[in-house]
This record gives sequence, C-alpha cells and structure tokens, in this order.
Amino acid sequence: MSCGTAQRADDLPQPVWEKIQDHPCYSEDAHHYFARMHIAVAPACNIQCNYCNRKYDCSNESRPGVVSEKLTPQQALEKTLAVAAEVPQLSVVGVAGPGDALANAERTFAAFELVAKALPHLKLCLSTNGLALPDHVDRIVAMGVDHVTITINMIDPQIGAQIYPWIFFRHRRWEGVDASRILHERQMEGLEALTARGVLVKVNSVLIPGVNDGHLKAVNEAVRARGAFLHNVMPLISDAAHGTHFGLTGRRGPTPDELRLAQDRLGANAKLMRHCRQCRADAVGLLGEDRGAEFTLDRLEAPEPFDPRRREMYLSVVERERSDRRKADEAAQLGMTTPDSPVLVAVATKGGGRINLHFGHATEFQIYEVHSRGARFVGHRRTETYCGDGHGEDAAMEATIAALRGVSAVLCAKIGERPRERLAAVGVTATDQYAFEYIEASAIAWCSRQLQSAERAASA
Amino acid sequence: MTYMIVAKTCTGCGACEFECPNKAIKEKGGVFAIDPAKCTECVGSFETQQCAAACPAPRTCIPAPAA
Repeated sequence: MSCGTAQRADDLPQPVWEKIQDHPCYSEDAHHYFARMHIAVAPACNIQCNYCNRKYDCSNESRPGVVSEKLTPQQALEKTLAVAAEVPQLSVVGVAGPGDALANAERTFAAFELVAKALPHLKLCLSTNGLALPDHVDRIVAMGVDHVTITINMIDPQIGAQIYPWIFFRHRRWEGVDASRILHERQMEGLEALTARGVLVKVNSVLIPGVNDGHLKAVNEAVRARGAFLHNVMPLISDAAHGTHFGLTGRRGPTPDELRLAQDRLGANAKLMRHCRQCRADAVGLLGEDRGAEFTLDRLEAPEPFDPRRREMYLSVVERERSDRRKADEAAQLGMTTPDSPVLVAVATKGGGRINLHFGHATEFQIYEVHSRGARFVGHRRTETYCGDGHGEDAAMEATIAALRGVSAVLCAKIGERPRERLAAVGVTATDQYAFEYIEASAIAWCSRQLQSAERAASA
Repeated sequence: MTYMIVAKTCTGCGACEFECPNKAIKEKGGVFAIDPAKCTECVGSFETQQCAAACPAPRTCIPAPAA
C-alpha cells in the first residue's frame, strides 16, 4: 500500500478502503491505532516449505509459523475474550497457523463461530498456503471472513520445486515439480473463487534471493490479474539456528536494500505493506508489539465482560486523533522546506501516530522518508537481537546504531545523554524535542528546521 | 504390523490425526500416538499410510518394529 503519510491510500477503491481502514495489517494508517490477535488453533500443515520449521520456538522470536502454545477453539474464545476486555484497540482476530488455517479447517471455523457469536464487532481473517482453499470458499463466505491471505511464492512449478519439497494432497504425498504444479493451480483457483465472491485477498510472497527474486514481478502480475488487492513482499527469515532447510543450507535472507529494491521493482502495482511485521502465529497487540506472553493459558482468568462502550469511546478518540494528525501533517507540509534529496527520519512510537516512546524502550523504529511530497512511512527496523546474542548495554546500543544506519535523525519521547552522544558520533541527531507530537508533522518540522538553519549558516 | 510415532521428534501438529481412516491416532501429552489395535496400515483404504505421508517430521511416523 502506498501509505501516503496519514492519508488514506487513495489508489484503493472506496469499498475496499472502508473494509480495511481499521485493519492494522492492511492499512498503514490503521496500524497506529488498531490491534490484531492471532489464535493458534491450526497446528497441522499440508505442505512443507523450505523456510519453515515449526518445531522451533523462542519467545523472543517474531516470525510466522512460531507459537508458544496451541489452543482448542474453546481456549481461543477464552483468550479472545480476555484480550478484548484488556485491549480496546483489538479489531481483528486471525488464524495464521502455526500450520495452515485450512489444513485445520474444522478447528479454524469452530473457533471463528465461537468468536463471532461472542464478539460480533471483530473482523475475522485467515491465512493459508492455498492448497486446501478451493474446498472451503463457500464456508469462508458463509462465515463472513472478509480477509484472506494466501502465501504465493511462485507461479512457475520449476521455481516452486526449489521452495516446496512436498505437499500432501488427496491422500498422498507429491514431490518435486508435480507438487508445485498442484499447489500453483490450487492457489490460482482459490484466489479467483474468493475475489469473485467479494472476499478481500492479500497475497504474501517470501523474497528468497537466488530462488524467486527475479520472478516476483510475474507473480505480482498473475495475482493482480486475479483480483488480489494487496501484494506483500516479505524477506526470507533464515538462520541455521531455526533448523529450516534454507537456514541449514546457508540460503540467506535479503538485505534491507535488496528487499526495498524488489518492492520498488513491482512499482505502484504492488500495493505493498511496508509496515508488515511478519508476526508470530500467536501475536497479540498493535503491530510491532507483542503482548502474547500476557495472555497465555495459565494466566487467563475469568475476564471482565467485554464492554462495548469502552470500544465505542476508543473509536471516537481514534476518529478525532486521525483527523488531528492529518491536519497537523497538512499544516506542516504547507510550511515545509523541501530537501534536495529524501531524508530518512526514525521515530520511536508505541502507537497512536505519535512520538511517544522512550529511546531505550524501543525494540523497533519506524522509518519515514521526508521528500517534496511530505513524510512517507517506508518501513520499520528492529533493534532486538535473537536470544543468546547481545548481552549488556553496549551490545544493545551497537545493535541499535546498526539498525539506524543511514538515518538522519531519531525522534523519541526521551533519550539519555550517553546514547544521544553515541548517535551524534555516527552522524545521527537524536531529539526529544517533538515528544508526544504527531509523527509526520514532526518529521517534516525537524527536516525543515535543519535545512533552514543550514541556509542561514550558508548566507551568514 | 502397525505404524508408530516417535514421541521425541513428534511436533504435535496433529496432521496425522485428521488423515487416519481408523481413528487410531490420539494426542497424549502434546504428542501423538497410534493405537496398534486399530492401525491397519491403511490397507484397503488408501495406497499409502496416511499418517506417514502427512507427517512433517522426518523418520517420525514409521513402521513399528516387530514385537
């Protein structure tokens, strides 16, 4: 999605925008205000991917396929009730694994039925590899699941054979090119059937350097032609410690630049989700935060009953905030000094579209590009390290500095003197001058102020 | 002859449970086990053993050694 500042993505048709405007995963703007949760009711899978190993779990890890505990449909309902009572931002409940939502169709739909009955305001979504999809289209439509994500990494079975060693289909295991041909045909059939019935379909593609990097344009054209409204290109996560085939055989993930290049190559047609965090299959909260550990089964107590008034109140606050943030952005654009080349500004935020997080508490920074058309969200960078790595303050600071490479400024709610000096030494200005202000307006204001003082210095 | 699941490498996903034509597979403490009294190795039902074909973990759903 073209996330033009805080405005709506105006390249989407109005009915689509209305459906996604409060969905944190589909709307960059919404991800500042609304939360999602994944209920891990789908442990089984019907295909094997070379980038996936569901055995490995570490609570520090954020990647799909990983989950700390699996839930029965009834447990999923209890968890959802607990989260809804605690997190008024909650607007979406999804089944994203840890296996495949539709390889566990009975459990997935049973959980959806329970949740829809108890909390009808929540949107339901699921994500699938597509192999079983054509068999479940009627039920998806009947249940009112309005968003489906299909992971499509290829449309050429020869390339597929390098990604999928086997599938289980119609009571037997298929391997090699045959497996990928069946998977491809089922993915296209399912995609067409869903979009024909008015279900919004997003396509995820994992960018695997050396395997499908040159092929994603063809994938993009094929899925757009069949009505997918978003195509999200995600980086391969590859580490030998995860025990995946690609990890163990040294197939590396793309660098941030390679990812951006691949996304840019798809151009305006891509409708990219640059804010995608590749969440765990049991993630809870705003994107970029994971409160899953607060809602594990052993911690679930009889939840406070869900109070729709709290949700209504939150929605009205969001409406006001969104409008104020947009106005602040527009006002800042009017008075802005345009940089000659785009400037990258990192912000520390915990949601709400504001700079409201302490530098030292940030596990990720959102990156905005300031150019002639204002400030545009371009991605996020994580600072956290995998478990076992990076102990101590210094190592953490090193990781943060590495994450901020190429950025001109960091805007945060507060920052200590030492980290400020460390950042200054590598050419990054860190400031809490815009604490609790709106992100886009502040990024523009910081840039303009820099340019103006540079001009003054030059003319003096 | 029956099939068995190696508990140590079972991921607990339950893919086998869905496929068993004899309802011989049940979860026990997070992993799955095959009831040898019910297992037919899918003879008469399918060409291949469904549990082994669906299992994502290598060398985990295997023929049980002769007693």
